[in-house]
Amino acid sequence: MSRFEYAPAPESRAIVDIKSSYGLFINGVFTEATDGKPFKTISPASEEVLAEISEAGEADVDKAVKAARKAYDKVWGPMPGRDRAKYLYRIARLIQERSRELAVLESLDNGKPIRESRDVDLPLVAAHFFYYAGWADKLEYAGAGVNPQPLGVAAQIIPWNFPLMMLAWKIAPALAAGNTVVLKPAETTPLTALAFAEICQQADLPPGVVNIITGAGRTGQALVEHEGVDKVAFTGSTAVGRAIAKSVAGTDKKVTLELGGKAANIVFEDAPIDQTIEGIVNGIFFNQGHVCCAGSRLLVQESVYDEVLARLKRRMSSLRIGDPLDKNTDIGAINSAEQLARIRELSQIGEDEGSERWSPECELPTQGFWFPPTVFTGVSQAHRIAREEIFGPVLSVLTFRTPAEAVEKANNTPFGLSAGVWTDKGSRILWMANQLRAGVVWANTFNRFDPTSPFGGYKESGYGREGGRHGLEAYLAH
Amino acid sequence: MPTKSDPARLDVRKTYKLYVGGAFPRSESGRSYVVNDARGKFLANASQASRKDGRDAVVAARKAFGGWSAKTAYNRGQVLYRIAEVMEGRHEQFSAEVAASEGLSISKARAAVDASIDRWVWYAGWADKLAQVVGSSNPVAGPYFDFSLPEATGVVAVLAPQDSSLLGLTSVIAPVIVSGNTAVVVTSFERPLPAVTLGEVMATSDVPGGVVNILTGSATEIGPWLAGHLDVNAIDLAGVEDHDEATAMEAAAAENLKRVRRPAVEDWTESPGLSRLTQYLELKTVWHPIGI
Repeated sequence: MSRFEYAPAPESRAIVDIKSSYGLFINGVFTEATDGKPFKTISPASEEVLAEISEAGEADVDKAVKAARKAYDKVWGPMPGRDRAKYLYRIARLIQERSRELAVLESLDNGKPIRESRDVDLPLVAAHFFYYAGWADKLEYAGAGVNPQPLGVAAQIIPWNFPLMMLAWKIAPALAAGNTVVLKPAETTPLTALAFAEICQQADLPPGVVNIITGAGRTGQALVEHEGVDKVAFTGSTAVGRAIAKSVAGTDKKVTLELGGKAANIVFEDAPIDQTIEGIVNGIFFNQGHVCCAGSRLLVQESVYDEVLARLKRRMSSLRIGDPLDKNTDIGAINSAEQLARIRELSQIGEDEGSERWSPECELPTQGFWFPPTVFTGVSQAHRIAREEIFGPVLSVLTFRTPAEAVEKANNTPFGLSAGVWTDKGSRILWMANQLRAGVVWANTFNRFDPTSPFGGYKESGYGREGGRHGLEAYLAH
Repeated sequence: MPTKSDPARLDVRKTYKLYVGGAFPRSESGRSYVVNDARGKFLANASQASRKDGRDAVVAARKAFGGWSAKTAYNRGQVLYRIAEVMEGRHEQFSAEVAASEGLSISKARAAVDASIDRWVWYAGWADKLAQVVGSSNPVAGPYFDFSLPEATGVVAVLAPQDSSLLGLTSVIAPVIVSGNTAVVVTSFERPLPAVTLGEVMATSDVPGGVVNILTGSATEIGPWLAGHLDVNAIDLAGVEDHDEATAMEAAAAENLKRVRRPAVEDWTESPGLSRLTQYLELKTVWHPIGI
């Protein structure tokens, strides 16, 4: 394919020490699960078993919530914000110190390229703790009323696409505001959360302030429904978000939900073309497309359609797929067999409904879960690939003629998480930003995240924001 | 509702109707119900809205949303202030209706009307300040200009408080519309008359038709249809007094992930704070690279 072949450049995994089995992290110590069945977490790139993980049953969930309640009442709630801040700064520093190890662990367990876990995920994880550490002793300035109070025990459930980053987004603001937490990582990616539990120990975080319980949907459900929980924070699919919203109905539990998306990435004819092509690629192929705000619907102005598509295909041909631990890898493994099946199914539906499918020639590894970067053309708004979240490296391309048509097509979705706009015209950027019904609008860029910057959706992409002082507000009563 | 007048003159009584899309229809169902005063004496017949009236009101509110939310904040503030002005002119009528509905002395009713008018004035001032207080400019670690702005969420269903016929009603409508949302309001069932008069105020105070739609009738009957309606973006359950009913509506609202405000015991005379304003806002964060 290429005249310039890359030599393999794998990151060493010697730096991580994975135990053969893990317990649950409750009240500051790793404990055996009492009633769940253990399960295995594997590397999606090789299907190698990495460790055996405990499943928390109802009794374990109860134990974790009670530990969090006790820590809230006795230690963390009464503690001056100044000291909570110091604990969060400690955690931030420990993450920085161990960031190479955590990046390798994340890539092993999740399948994402080391380039991304090292350069995007881990720096953001540390940054979140630093940012919210500084809020802990300044809550009265956060704009959430004159005497903001923590909510109590927060139940937090996070997805597998950015395991440690989602943990940081959840735990950092909760602790800064004075809450204690019980967090459940996704069943396919628990390892970095368990490593984080060790970091809590190293930071001498008081027992019970952070509890990590592992398991799948059943564990999550027990956690959400536990009567001792004051706040539920969830990131994941819209279907599960809907179920959570139903299950907390009639209770006093506060809820924030970060759910799915089907973002429009809108390219005007005057867009800076090289940056745009990079932005499109980053928008949909970053993290194998396992991104709720991924730019999965490309809307191209008709006059530049041919050029954009030709350039996009050429750029896609240079993407390198393979070993997530190889520093040259652009696209890693799909996180699970289940997710791969869903991507395959929806892509097949795309073909069956008459769209044209294209992928660059690329050799996929024989072990593990892989899907090539894929683009569909001839897509109409009615096609399922243009309506449903695929959560994989699959891009649907549509066209438009006028800005008004672009807006109408972009907003024609029950989701409203993010959108992208590419144009050189400033007034058009601001007009588009006004018109788009989405919680994040990236203009001439895509997939940017920052702890100071509120993130979250409109409509069925959920409610509440993470990041910034708005993210803090989700953990305060006012 | 009869007010004091010359005993020699036969008064002209008012026909109380719904307020939907800027017009005053009777319920499509043809139903009306008896409204008594606090002592059980007949006051008037009110239109009893049906679930179809609820759906029509949602259509009207959706139609009005684009225009209302796109108005400048300054303009929306002016319109809300105009509501206060027009209410002031109808002070006596509101006082009489509140007194009869809630069984208050006329002086206490007047105080409630004063407070309601003052509340509209308070919210009017928020229109052009919300973005400054709730929004932000975010110092991200990179060469980007990044700001967050509040925006209206869309069509909000409001099940108004059952007891406080005007102050409670005002306190749940004003924060919804000041930021650009449009509202479908189900009034207090037993005390609907001040709400109908408020509709008349809306119609004559530059509020575009459809921005506020007022349905007299039962939250128990219409509420579930609004809670399950896929074109409603948020719901305020203030007026649902039965816990199981509120729970069922909240569960129905989950279907399209409506923003839900649960019922709570509230003192409407207290300063409202920001929570009702922010409840019906979305926050949009916009990024752009910085460079030359």
